[in-house]
Amino acid sequence: MIAAYLLLLLPLSGIVFFAVLGHHPRVGRINIKFNAFALLMSLWLAIDVFQSGSIISPGQLFLIDSFNVYLIVLTAFVGLTTSIFSAPYMRHEQENGKLSNKRLKLYYSMYQGFMFAMYLVLTTNNMGILWVAMEAATLATVLLVSLYRTPESIEAAWKYFILCGVGIAQALFGTVLLYYAAIQIGDTENALNWTVLYENASQLNPEILEIAFVFMLIGYGTKIGLVPLHNWLPDAHSEGPTPMSAVLSGLLLNDALYAVVRNKMLVDGATQTHIAGHLMMGFGLLSFLVAAIFLHKQQDIKRLFSYSSIEHMGLMTFAFGIGTPFATFAALLHMMVHSLTKSAIFVTVGHAAQIAGTQRIEHIRGLIKTQPAVGWGLLIGTLAIAGFPPFGVFTSEFLVLLATMHSYPWLTPLLLLGIGLACAGLFRNIQPMVYGKQPEGQQLVPANLWPVIIHLVIVLWLGLSIPQSLAEWFNQATILISGSAPL
Amino acid sequence: MELLEQDFYTQAILSLAALVGLTSFLMLGQGRLLRLIFVFAIQGLLLTLATALAGYSMNNTHLYISAAITLLLKVILIPWMLEKQVFKLNLHRDVEALNNKTAVMLGGASLVVFSYYVLHPVIQDTPLVLLNALAVGLSVVLLGMLLMISHRHAIAHVVGFMSIENGLFFAAIVSTRGMPMIVELGIAFDVLVAAILFGIFFLHISRSIDSLDVDQMNRLNEVDQ
Amino acid sequence: MNWIIALLQTLLFITLSPLLAGWVKWCKCRLQNRKAPSLLQPYRDLLRLTHKQPVISHTASWLYIATPYIIFSAMVLAASVVPLIAVDLPTAASADVIVLVGFFAFARFFQVLGGMDIGTAFGGMGSSREMMVSSMAEPAMLMAIFTLTMTASSTNLSTAIGFVLNQGLVLRPSFIFALIAMILVAIAETGRIPVDNPATHLELTMIHEAMVLEYSGRHLALIEWASFTKLMIFGVLICNIFFPWGMAEEFTLSALGSALLWLMLKLSILAVLLAVSETLFAKMRLFRVPEYLSFAYLIGLLGLLSHIILEASR
Repeated sequence: MIAAYLLLLLPLSGIVFFAVLGHHPRVGRINIKFNAFALLMSLWLAIDVFQSGSIISPGQLFLIDSFNVYLIVLTAFVGLTTSIFSAPYMRHEQENGKLSNKRLKLYYSMYQGFMFAMYLVLTTNNMGILWVAMEAATLATVLLVSLYRTPESIEAAWKYFILCGVGIAQALFGTVLLYYAAIQIGDTENALNWTVLYENASQLNPEILEIAFVFMLIGYGTKIGLVPLHNWLPDAHSEGPTPMSAVLSGLLLNDALYAVVRNKMLVDGATQTHIAGHLMMGFGLLSFLVAAIFLHKQQDIKRLFSYSSIEHMGLMTFAFGIGTPFATFAALLHMMVHSLTKSAIFVTVGHAAQIAGTQRIEHIRGLIKTQPAVGWGLLIGTLAIAGFPPFGVFTSEFLVLLATMHSYPWLTPLLLLGIGLACAGLFRNIQPMVYGKQPEGQQLVPANLWPVIIHLVIVLWLGLSIPQSLAEWFNQATILISGSAPL
Repeated sequence: MELLEQDFYTQAILSLAALVGLTSFLMLGQGRLLRLIFVFAIQGLLLTLATALAGYSMNNTHLYISAAITLLLKVILIPWMLEKQVFKLNLHRDVEALNNKTAVMLGGASLVVFSYYVLHPVIQDTPLVLLNALAVGLSVVLLGMLLMISHRHAIAHVVGFMSIENGLFFAAIVSTRGMPMIVELGIAFDVLVAAILFGIFFLHISRSIDSLDVDQMNRLNEVDQ
Repeated sequence: MNWIIALLQTLLFITLSPLLAGWVKWCKCRLQNRKAPSLLQPYRDLLRLTHKQPVISHTASWLYIATPYIIFSAMVLAASVVPLIAVDLPTAASADVIVLVGFFAFARFFQVLGGMDIGTAFGGMGSSREMMVSSMAEPAMLMAIFTLTMTASSTNLSTAIGFVLNQGLVLRPSFIFALIAMILVAIAETGRIPVDNPATHLELTMIHEAMVLEYSGRHLALIEWASFTKLMIFGVLICNIFFPWGMAEEFTLSALGSALLWLMLKLSILAVLLAVSETLFAKMRLFRVPEYLSFAYLIGLLGLLSHIILEASR
């Protein structure tokens, strides 16, 4: 439990530390150290949970079980690698005069603030605090999206703020209804604790929980990026600085999906029907197909990959919605590989944009000749995210297809259509970027591509053979979510 | 579940609920920003009264603290901040002409009916007549969203956003006698930080595009020219 | 016996209405720092007008001459239907809200025709404006009244007021909305600021006055008296529906006397509020009157909705 407290206290102190010292030239390394320490804490927690089962803090405030500890480790890991990438990147931006000292302080302190909010989302036992932390995560990143202070970025940040704020207010209404249902059956003090709710789920009023779930799906679904609530996502992910895009795409979307799945577990226990799952499947499939179609129209490289994020989150929501152990295993695996791949892609995209000086696809050409590391990174990353074997995304998408064929065979053609469309859309744009004729005046940028390499290697490894301990980990989480093991 | 069988406090809370709904409608039709902020402050005041009354009639000291927080935040602090922004950006003389006020108002009435329809199964089986005010709470949330849609001014968007929070707060008070204190404090903190961030945003927006009309913020498009 | 009381109540109504108008004018004058005419001045005006010979245009038809009498009789009938001091009217069988609205519509129909009869431009303008205002004010008024009738489960005014009176002090959300809607509609129907200025001399700003611009002598006296009575009817409706305490439930002299005193107190307070609002607000531009009235309609609708949501038993 000490590990959990340290995990939360550390970013909290980081906020204050970077608010004061964020402009120092070596501050990027200190950020890396903060995140490395957080990763160690999360690994300690993971080993604890693996050996002895779920941990609940005294006072029932925090809960670490097999589902969220896996996400905590993932969050810490991606946070660490992104901070490794962001250190030289932000220094480059500072040297080019795009960012002032004050804004760097804001960036680093809000980076830690964002990590704190995400850890809080993942470790809290109280559904109300879950909401508070999600809102805090939004608030922490809003100012970061508009960091460059261009009219476009301010517009994107405003859209993000308003859409996510209004959306998440719906989730609060859902939480209020959940609380109302909970106090009907027992004491009021602990009524919002997930453990208490999960134990007594069958006694909760099913009608109220259905209405509450609809509100929470809409609310947290806005943060996941489900169509038609996704409008903020391409703008916010494309206008912010690249480390921010990587972290938002890789981590925040996962946390919102986590919140939805926690609620789904409660609703399933209460209603004994599949309405929650069907809603998730519907929205997920819609997001998947719409995003795959919209991919073709994009002319900005970061928007292209944001739509790819929407598509994959839709697929994950769909898989969690199916609800069978097989689909849940696939969705958990997909969460991990998507986070890793997407953040790696955004790292290379950031460097590509720095090289070309613009984010528009038509102006980025010949990356492989200019800076081969970036070019290859982008190419392999796109191969990975489009679902080519032997990368891990192929494995998880294949598992999702199998699960769909098992439970809802008539939906499989739609999934295949979406995957095909997305692959076409991505490659249509990446091919000329990576291989085309090199334009004049492009120069190398200092790039630390180790994060990319590490991520892609892990994804490749997961695609070839999932290590036994990791598989066991996923198994435990699947048992928790869907009640039985897939294998 | 007759109105007459309830004690005076329940009747008073129900009347305050109706008045909160009325303030939402009044906000829908306002063209002037200062009056909009004033009506929003009135809504917060009615909410404080309803919370204090609920605390008195249910003997729940929790709710007194919630009422005090609401008073401080929604009646004093946030309207004051918004008013300061309006004067600083010289907007207190602008009148926003809403072109289809009647349609917006009728849309608002249909939202009230819709929220009642949605919550009917929740309200149906409980003996607590206060729960009917839950429909008013949800309709205030939906009316706040309608306010954001029908107005073009960024400050009106913020007022709509805050009134959504008002509706949620009212729904929580009425149905659950107040959420646990730590959650309420968290929500209040979030609202405060959101208000501060909005203030910072107004500065940035007005500096970059020289007005606070959100119709001017249209550079990001799906279809590129 | 009861019929005599009914007749006396109606007579009381129409004799008190100029006094109410005089009191409103007195308050307005004092608020505007002017010396006010005496409270009995409207009586003197009516008397003066009846002694004068009416001047009738040679393009006038029978309608022009019949209109003042028709309007006045309709208002007297409406006054007989509204409970003034006693809850239980002998005319209770016909004391229906819809009948009341019907009387107003009947009077308005003939007034509008009378305004257009001679063929002057201002008369036609006033008539068309009046129809626009009333086409939106009537549904709003009905909405407000329906809230009361749904609470009391009867459209009969006597039964409804009796029902509300017997329940003691009950705070109904729907009544708050209905009161606001009723006040807004009353201002529109009786032609007061901010819808229409009764004291204006500028023809292009008139709504009600423009229709009666050509009338003179005893015809004008009847029309003026009818408009005083209409103002009092609306005032009595607001007082007795929403604040009915003090009304007489049996026909004893002491009950009737105290009811009369209570009524006069309530009406005078209402008149002071009217005078204050007329002084504070400016007349609205004509194209904003539909917005104002649709807002009143909306408030009435909200009252109905809050009745169904918050109060109705299941």
